[in-house]
Amino acid sequence: MEANVNLLILNGTVCDPANRTYKKADIFIENGKIKKCSPRIYSGVNEAKIIDAKGKIVVPGLIDIHTHLREPGREDEETIRTGTSAAAVGGFTTICCMPNTNPVIDSVSGVKFVFATAHQEGVVNVLPIGAITKKSEGLELAEIGKMKNAGIVAISDDGKPVMNANIMRRALEYCKMLDIPVISHCEDANLSALGEMNEGYISTLLGLKGIPKQAEEIMVARDIALCELTEGKLHIAHVSTAHSVELIRDAKKRGIKVTAETAPQYFSLTDEEVKISNYNTNTKVNPPLRTKEDVNAILRGLADGTIDCIASDHAPHLIEEKEQEYKIAPFGIIGLETTLPLVITNIVNEKILSLSSAISKLTYNPAKILGLEKGTLAVGSDADITIIDLNKTKPIQKFESKCKNSPFIGMKLTGFATTTIVAGKIIMEDGNIVST
Amino acid sequence: MKLEHKDLLGLEYLSKAEIELILKTAKPFKEIFTRTVKKVPTLRGKTVVLLFYEPSTRTRTSFELAAKRLSADTVNIAISSSAVVKGESLIDTAKTIEAMKADFVIIRHSMSGAAHIIAKTISASVVNAGDGMHEHPTQGLLDMFTIIEKKGKIKGLNIAIIGDILHSRVARSNIWGLNKLGANVFVVGPSTLIPKEIKKMNVEVHYNIAEIIHKLDVVNILRIQKERQQQHLFPSLEEYSELFGINSEKLRNAKSDILIMHPGPMNRGIEISTEVADSKNSVITEQVTNGIAVRMAVLYLLAGGDGGECESFNS
Repeated sequence: MEANVNLLILNGTVCDPANRTYKKADIFIENGKIKKCSPRIYSGVNEAKIIDAKGKIVVPGLIDIHTHLREPGREDEETIRTGTSAAAVGGFTTICCMPNTNPVIDSVSGVKFVFATAHQEGVVNVLPIGAITKKSEGLELAEIGKMKNAGIVAISDDGKPVMNANIMRRALEYCKMLDIPVISHCEDANLSALGEMNEGYISTLLGLKGIPKQAEEIMVARDIALCELTEGKLHIAHVSTAHSVELIRDAKKRGIKVTAETAPQYFSLTDEEVKISNYNTNTKVNPPLRTKEDVNAILRGLADGTIDCIASDHAPHLIEEKEQEYKIAPFGIIGLETTLPLVITNIVNEKILSLSSAISKLTYNPAKILGLEKGTLAVGSDADITIIDLNKTKPIQKFESKCKNSPFIGMKLTGFATTTIVAGKIIMEDGNIVST
Repeated sequence: MKLEHKDLLGLEYLSKAEIELILKTAKPFKEIFTRTVKKVPTLRGKTVVLLFYEPSTRTRTSFELAAKRLSADTVNIAISSSAVVKGESLIDTAKTIEAMKADFVIIRHSMSGAAHIIAKTISASVVNAGDGMHEHPTQGLLDMFTIIEKKGKIKGLNIAIIGDILHSRVARSNIWGLNKLGANVFVVGPSTLIPKEIKKMNVEVHYNIAEIIHKLDVVNILRIQKERQQQHLFPSLEEYSELFGINSEKLRNAKSDILIMHPGPMNRGIEISTEVADSKNSVITEQVTNGIAVRMAVLYLLAGGDGGECESFNS
């Protein structure tokens, strides 16, 4: 993406946790890079488009460590174009896409396809995550080294667990030399088989097959043990239970190189939502919505740094796929356009985290985990910038994503991105994609 | 008194008074059965669609007879002959039925929540005839009707439900209804088939019927399904039968007037011995008769019928 117009962001409050900055400042962008970031830089700057950020917060462009784009294979659900548009509306300037497309991104050609399509049609940065095993079948390692050379930032068989502990061990060991994390979808597939929602009182009442918390926790414990054994880099995806948080907290205390993410639904909703909504399948997500006690533990884990980042786990599904019996509806909800307002509404405004700490979980922390030189407003870095209106409140209604499978529809949330800038170019303004 | 609901999806959603209203209304309907003409004109001109996604003989026939004895027109849609095989979604099927101006949709489905999905989509009254492992409210109602008929009340009775509680919609509807009417509810079965959280539904859990048999007024025996064995829930039907099958030996210390119930169809010799099924304590065939009366009451009340004063009813 090239930027031919210089930009000047004036009068905003710059929140840049990577550089411990939280102050009123202006930002000057030249040739897609941040040239200056300091108070009152108006004078001496010419021929720049001016963005007035008065009353708004200017942050590094948000980074989503966990997105499903569905292209190749399910372009009816989402394409790289529509998925990146949804990202831009949600304030994300970089998204890391999971390899569980059709075909699975388990080879260099798949990685090249994602990069090429994103270059042509994407409106934000797309960084592919490669598969751990061929076709994500859990049987044989994929060509991880070649994919790394082609540009993947991590590996994961997300959507499926790697059930064979030895294969997981080798993946962690192998990725040590490549210096990329293994992102683990922690789920014991035997324990969770045919499950529909969290196992507990609500599943008992509703007659839905339960997925015990232990299906996640057993694998979190296993992978932490394997991480200790191999000294590889382990990143736990979508943490949803209280005990998972404890396991990760304890592992970090012992110096094990584990990081973790959660998704907004796990600190915003509980399994009671399935009952309240009378089996609305937009509450069907994997891992499932848990209990109040788990939500509180996730919030504590975010507050004390046990959980490093917040990911969207954006998982588009068509209305006709979701509007089915609970049992046969697919797991997953969209998240790119609701993650930021849910973080502001439920984390920042509820005083769980300061704005800076919350923003770092959406910028600097995921960048650090993936080894990206992003998530910062330091002079010289890529001008990926998001401007947020912390006071904007509106009900969730329309989406840029092709799909509308969100349990947050109708919910009134606060704190939305008003401008998204990628490599010095304005991509989104006031909820609309700027035509390119 | 009238029933202020569009649908009957479960006994969880009914109050004590509403349950009593249905049971009281069922009583005069049962009396119709003793007449030579077993039919009243109450629902003349109304259409009842029976949408059955699971094979069922007794429930479907019972609903159909209930509707016919109220002079409604009935249409059967069974899964094998319907559009479902062509891949039509549940919601589209429901909308199609709606467009045909049905007044009632009676739905049986193997998946929990199916009746809710239809009820949300259409304006016709939806009666849940069993959804997955969730509820089977008219079975719960007919069980309660039968108990009241035999015992004169439900309040204070010790009632045990025996078998596969985990997968049973009959158990859930009975637990809701019986608790609302003041019974002491016990569940008995293998620990793999009794969900831990069931205690929060206000039941006492037992794994051995011998511990409580002496105090029980009613045992409601659930059908055990063979495929549970393949799911590692118990080792063999023979072992299940030995531990949980109700036979004369297990009833040795029971009260002499204990009621034996079973929602059917029975696996004789597995969860219930023939001797027990055919004993004088067994009310299994009367449950079937009562089922029609209760379903007539449900249809009548959902159509806006008045059940009269309710306070005299003794449950």
